[in-house]
Amino acid sequence: MSVNSRLVQVRQHVLKKNDVAARALRARFHEAGTFVVSLVSSPGAGKTAFLEKVLGSLRARYRVAALVGDLATDNDAQRLARAQVPVKQIITGTVCHLEAEMIANALEGWRLDDLDFLFLENVGNLVCPSTFDLGEDLRLVLFSVTEGEDKPLKYPTIFNTADVAIITKMDLAEATEFDAAAAHRSIQSVRPGMETFELSAKTGQGMEPWLNFLRCSQQNAASPQRQQG
Amino acid sequence: MHELSIALSILDLVEEEAERQRGRVAAVHLKLGRLSGVVKDALVSAYDMAREGTSLAQTELVIEEVPLLAHCSVCAADHPLVSIQDLRCPVCGNPTPDILSGRELEVYAIEVET
Repeated sequence: MSVNSRLVQVRQHVLKKNDVAARALRARFHEAGTFVVSLVSSPGAGKTAFLEKVLGSLRARYRVAALVGDLATDNDAQRLARAQVPVKQIITGTVCHLEAEMIANALEGWRLDDLDFLFLENVGNLVCPSTFDLGEDLRLVLFSVTEGEDKPLKYPTIFNTADVAIITKMDLAEATEFDAAAAHRSIQSVRPGMETFELSAKTGQGMEPWLNFLRCSQQNAASPQRQQG
Repeated sequence: MHELSIALSILDLVEEEAERQRGRVAAVHLKLGRLSGVVKDALVSAYDMAREGTSLAQTELVIEEVPLLAHCSVCAADHPLVSIQDLRCPVCGNPTPDILSGRELEVYAIEVET
């Protein structure tokens, strides 16, 4: 430090603006009783196929909707709209991740009171989204059997900030000689105790345990005990 | 490459603080955790690019990297971890999900010229 300067303590989180926006969103979601789940993965891991299946399964009993982040197209939103639930695309342009403010803007005109579940599909990217809180209750990180068992070791930060790991495309596990035990070891190494599901959106295998977990998480979040706590 | 967003956020935050302090900011001190999801070198390049043409064009970015510290419930002690890929106690080998520090992404001080 030069002699002619003084040190002023600031102590502020760099993403304060995003954090403030995320906190406001979280308060709105809780108030409305909307359980919010975000999805992150690398491009092509099967987020959209997975989400199509989840929306389709929940639709009969719950009011569900989705926001989908993408750099350039609205193809994913069009695919998800086939599940006949409200879907809105967030085109991020050059931004490689969703931010809380984008969620707030996209929600304009939607009544959260009318939603039990809201899904936020992030831009396909395993690096950037890790730093940005979106006000979600549950963050899922997906990776497919074609990506290799060591994916979690290559992207430890995103796995560490997520709550649940979903291994997708299990119908291809045999063809790709996927070593499930090694994948679980990688996950537990970067995020000890992480809840993990293996499934295939295509065949439906493994979907039910995951959906049970999701419904339980939503119920627990809505229980009066937690709201008081 | 979200480091550019991060660099712009740092500049915003420091500009606000500089106005309050009414002085030229010689340097900004940042704490950067190893599990923050931000790459130091990429942030330094993004910062150099982003500060050009702003009132902080001469403001230096000083980064203090914060190591990973975890609590081990078996040892009942806090230990620094060697790798973000292996969250286990370096002493007893027990999994240590309880991270005490290493997620920091914080502007903790600025140097204001007097």
